[in-house]
Amino acid sequence: MADEALFQFLHNEVIQYIYKSSEHGEMENGRCITKLENMGFRVGQGLIERFTKDTARFKDELDVMKFICKDFWTCVFKKQIDNLRTNHQGIYVLQDNKFRLLTQLSAGKQYLEHAPKVRKHNGGKLTCQALFIPGQLSPHEWFSLPLSLQYLAFTCGLVRGGLSNLGVKSIVTAEVSVMPACKFQVMIQKM
Amino acid sequence: MLTRLKTQVPLFSMNSYTKLREKLKLSGLSFASTHSHVIRLGRHSRHNSKMAVCIAVIAKENYPLFIRSVPIQNELKFHYTVHTSLDVVEEKISAVGKAMADQRELYLGLLYPTEDYKVYGYVTNSKVKFVIVVDSSNTSLRDNEIRSMFRKLHNSFTDVMCNPFYNPGDTIQSKAFDSIVSAMMVQAS
Repeated sequence: MADEALFQFLHNEVIQYIYKSSEHGEMENGRCITKLENMGFRVGQGLIERFTKDTARFKDELDVMKFICKDFWTCVFKKQIDNLRTNHQGIYVLQDNKFRLLTQLSAGKQYLEHAPKVRKHNGGKLTCQALFIPGQLSPHEWFSLPLSLQYLAFTCGLVRGGLSNLGVKSIVTAEVSVMPACKFQVMIQKM
Repeated sequence: MLTRLKTQVPLFSMNSYTKLREKLKLSGLSFASTHSHVIRLGRHSRHNSKMAVCIAVIAKENYPLFIRSVPIQNELKFHYTVHTSLDVVEEKISAVGKAMADQRELYLGLLYPTEDYKVYGYVTNSKVKFVIVVDSSNTSLRDNEIRSMFRKLHNSFTDVMCNPFYNPGDTIQSKAFDSIVSAMMVQAS
């Protein structure tokens, strides 16, 4: 893998570009996140194809998630997922205590405070799950979504693409409670 | 048989070479004299003995992403062969879960006793299947040669997958992939 800083800079620029190129309309925020997520999806598919070229076949879903947490995360972010939790019913929570793409963002309250409405709405947790259900947030709240969620969209797509290529359909959402720790929640869809 | 042939046909002229090919039905046997003579004649620059008659790449939804066979007239027969081999592939995948989990080679032996083809299969972690059909009379093809063919296919397929112009699920149009496959197929006479 190339030097981390290169990817981080590129990732930041991609986010800036996507937002700049969609100035019009108030609902654009959600569409931008979707675009980022879809980018991550395609990249995830290709990455998984490369990384699983030489590995043994996966026995079951848990095996697949462990692979994502260890090998996949190590290849992309040079570290493993710190904590994997599951309820054995198709929901997995991947916790990364020092998410590489967020470490460069300030850990202070400055940017998080831009979105008091969102915080209250979701009971103190900033989630992007609401983005997939447009009715839940008003246009004003869309805009006040903090920057950190934009930075997670690509990675959500990455995980979703990787899983999809391994034959696991899922919905991936992300949550930030304390910077730079974040949680990715994977909900497996039974077909 | 090989040494007999060598003494019978000491000088590999163009005519004798085609006669030899007709006899053996496949140009891919690996004995050193053929290689050197082939190179001298300048007809074929490929020297490998790994020659398949049909190669197919099948997506996880079981439709073909890529299928190529050498005798163009019999293409339908190969399509059918590959299709029936999918059932055996599914069977083996579900069985492997109990046994050691590894990329397994699928050796089917004779599917049709009359046609005497050997069909080999390979499944990636992304549930994409590769199927190689080989003529049974090509007995010098060993297990690890087939494995290396699959390895090359897999590497090439990974490159196709990472190509940003390729949408997963489309048929494979890549020329690079095409050339890798052609290198593995029997040369059409």
